[in-house]
Parts: sequence; structure tokens; C-alpha cells
Amino acid sequence: MSRAAMREDKSHLLDDKDRALINAYQGGFPLSERPYADVGEKLGLSEDDVIARIGRMLDEKILTRFGPLYNAERLGGGLTLAAMKLPEEKFDEIAEQVNAFPEVAHNYAREHELNMWFVLATETPEGIAETCKRIEEATGYKVYNMPKEEEFFVELTFEA
Amino acid sequence: MDDIDRKIVLATQSGLPLTAEPYKAVGEVVGIAPQEVIERMARMLEDGAIRRIGLVPNHYALGYAFNGMTVWNVDDVKVRELGPKVGALECVTHCYLRPRHLPEWPYNFFAMVHGKNRETAEKGIEEIAQVLGDHNKGNLVLFSSRILKKTGMRLGA
Repeated sequence: MSRAAMREDKSHLLDDKDRALINAYQGGFPLSERPYADVGEKLGLSEDDVIARIGRMLDEKILTRFGPLYNAERLGGGLTLAAMKLPEEKFDEIAEQVNAFPEVAHNYAREHELNMWFVLATETPEGIAETCKRIEEATGYKVYNMPKEEEFFVELTFEA
Repeated sequence: MDDIDRKIVLATQSGLPLTAEPYKAVGEVVGIAPQEVIERMARMLEDGAIRRIGLVPNHYALGYAFNGMTVWNVDDVKVRELGPKVGALECVTHCYLRPRHLPEWPYNFFAMVHGKNRETAEKGIEEIAQVLGDHNKGNLVLFSSRILKKTGMRLGA
């Protein structure tokens, strides 16, 4: 997918039912035998329609994911935010190298001297330091590791 | 977290099947009954291994064009008291205390601000500044210019 496509405002592709789905189910999707039917009943949609709408919004990249969001640390893994300071002319090449690491969950270009910011999720807490080192070796640039020391609030929901 | 939980994570981390009985489909992959999938996922949700189950929107696609990572250099003695107050602001979705990398990176407090337009985002940043007051020794806003990757965490097989 092109980067432009990821940033595009696609809200015009959403109808009221899509918005209702997004607004009601950024969490709390039912753990039941027929969850799509249960969701449909609440929103006045058929089971098939709920499934089709979620599938369509995934295809259109309006949703980046659908399903359980796991907490890497609670699974016994490691999680961190890391940054790199890269020269513009090397940026795309190194972005590719960094993204090739499966431990890189998200990666954003940001407007600062530290111009690449990514989240690392690893299976073990020790995996963070190892992965930072491997990225440094692969790219030849320093990784600034900024693990969270405290989390004050997390309520990541958006209104569609 | 035992082997079966781990198999459930592997079977669902890229998404829940879009079939009428998704937990049955997961159970078939893992080799357990659908009810056991549901019970185990409910437990993981309760103990925090699963943060939430649902739709994860691409905020740009919803029209949230202004997504700023605001970073602040906040007094170490005050930051734990002020953090939750910033977190309570409506425009703030995440906020964290993180290590500084002196001298290049003096910022220890990160707050993500999202807005549909620059005005809303800037208003949010102003609100944070007000909460932090004199305890803020300098701040920056790093707007994201591009998403380079967004897949969520992955466990290896």
C-alpha cells in the first residue's frame, strides 16, 4: 500500500451503519458463539451485513485491524518506543530495513532530527535490547530506546 | 499463559476470522472447542493480556489528519502527579513517562494528541501546557508525516 493511501481521509466512504460499528466496537466485541449476529442485533443489521462491512472497511484500509489487541508485556514480552536520526537521502532505504524486522509493530516518520519513530514488540523483555542492537547493526545508525516508565492513561478510541 | 493460550494468540493476532462463528474457526486451528476459546480469551481480556477486542480504525481514514506526538520536559518530582491530569484531557489518547537521552533528548513526558484539524490539535496542546504550567521546561510537537508501518504486534510461530 502506498503511504499516501494510509493517510487519506476516507470518511466519505462510511455510511451511518459503518460509523455506528466503529463507534460502538473499538472494544467490547462480543465473546459469544455468533458475535456478528449479536452485534447486528444491537445495531439493526444482519449478521452477514456486519461481516461484510468489517471486511470492506479492512479492504479499504479504514480499519488497520479487527480482533483482539494483545498487550505484549502481559504476554511476557517486551514493548518499547524507539527513535532514529537518519539522513533524508538514506531514509527510505533504512525504513525498509527497519520495517523488515517483525518486531517493528508501527513505524512513523516524524518531523524532527529524530525522524523515525517505531514501536518494538518482542516475545521476551530481553528481546528489546537485542532487537535494538540488531537494528543498529543492520543499518549502521543508533537506536534511541525510550521504554515507558509509567503509563498515565490509555483510551484510544476515535469517533467516526 | 500456557501453550494453548499462545496458540490462540498466534491464530488471532492478525485478526479474528470473518465467518459467522469466528471462535469456532479459531478453535479448529488450535484444536479446542469454541467454548474454550471464548473462555480463554475472556480470561486474557480480564487479566489484561488482551487490551480490547474490536475494530481498530486508521485514524487518518476517519479524518483525524492532525496527529501529534507532544513531548515535554517535566520536573521529575511532579511528573507522576501531573501525568494523570494530562491523560484526562479529551484530546489526549496516550500519555507516558519515558527516559531522557541527554543532551540530545531532554523530554521525559509524551502525550499523543489527535485532531480532525490543526486548530483542535493546537488547542489540545495549549491545554496540556496549562496543566503542566511552570513544571514544563520545554516542549515540542512532532507531527507524523507518514505512516511507514502499522501491523500491530506479532508473536513468532
